[in-house]
Amino acid sequence: MSFSSFAEFVAMGNHGLYVWSAYGISLAVLILNVVGPLLARRRYLQEEARRLRREASK
Amino acid sequence: MNWTWFHKLGSPKWFYEVSGRWLPWFAVAAALLLGVGLVWGLAFAPPDYQQGNSFRIIYIHVPVAFLAQSCYVLLAVAGLVGLVWRIKLADVALQCAAPIGAWMTFIALVTGAIWGKPTWGTWWVWDARLTSMLILLFLYFGIIALGQAIANRDSAAKACAVLAIVGVVNIPIIKYSVEWWNSLHQPATFTLTEKPAMPMEMWLPMLVMVLGIYCFFAAVLLLRMRLEVLRREARSSWAKSEIKALVGAA
Repeated sequence: MSFSSFAEFVAMGNHGLYVWSAYGISLAVLILNVVGPLLARRRYLQEEARRLRREASK
Repeated sequence: MNWTWFHKLGSPKWFYEVSGRWLPWFAVAAALLLGVGLVWGLAFAPPDYQQGNSFRIIYIHVPVAFLAQSCYVLLAVAGLVGLVWRIKLADVALQCAAPIGAWMTFIALVTGAIWGKPTWGTWWVWDARLTSMLILLFLYFGIIALGQAIANRDSAAKACAVLAIVGVVNIPIIKYSVEWWNSLHQPATFTLTEKPAMPMEMWLPMLVMVLGIYCFFAAVLLLRMRLEVLRREARSSWAKSEIKALVGAA
């Protein structure tokens, strides 16, 4: 462990704002890249389900 | 030499089956590696003797910048394969990888700017490394826009492939920019081929993060490609029964 306390870890030697904002933005973008395709997949399957139901009722 | 594997790659059905088996492994590996690498890099690696703790931004900045460039090379290779062998899956890979590459370039630029402020005293300078990275972002935007602007799928695939191949000239420019021109940007600190310019306890978490981000890329790319293959093959019998099975389960 290179920090002696949790407060020191958060402070990052007065560079906390830079380090944490860099990681925060990166993490947000990575999550966006997972959630986006998953939602697109769900939307597509819902559309297909509607289409299949329409065709079945004809 | 046996080339059946290469031609199998062109079969969407085969790709869909195999990628479905691989995806969970990449996802688990990415989560584990990125989790371990983050904690290691942020909490356990020693601070830099000049930059203090702001250097910890390196553990996201460098892996992501690597991936942004590798992803572009992948686009160019996919473009070439698509043009030469007319493998339709190549265009799927190209179209699906482009947005991921653009996002990775975006993270590299943003984390670089945030790192630059405490280290160089400025968010941005128009030097070779930063400018060529910005051009990479615009190349990604160009490919994404081109792919969406052309209605005919075959023409769009050809246009994107050509742009991807031409744009790949930018990759060596990015790599050597810190050697060819005077730059505020530091030269490569992470390398696999030579003795690294950083001590082992700083280098190892970086290795873990690089492996993690590549696994992440593989998982997200397969996720996008599987949906795109299903869309494009929606009329074939295997895709129809797969969609029915998925809809029934949902």
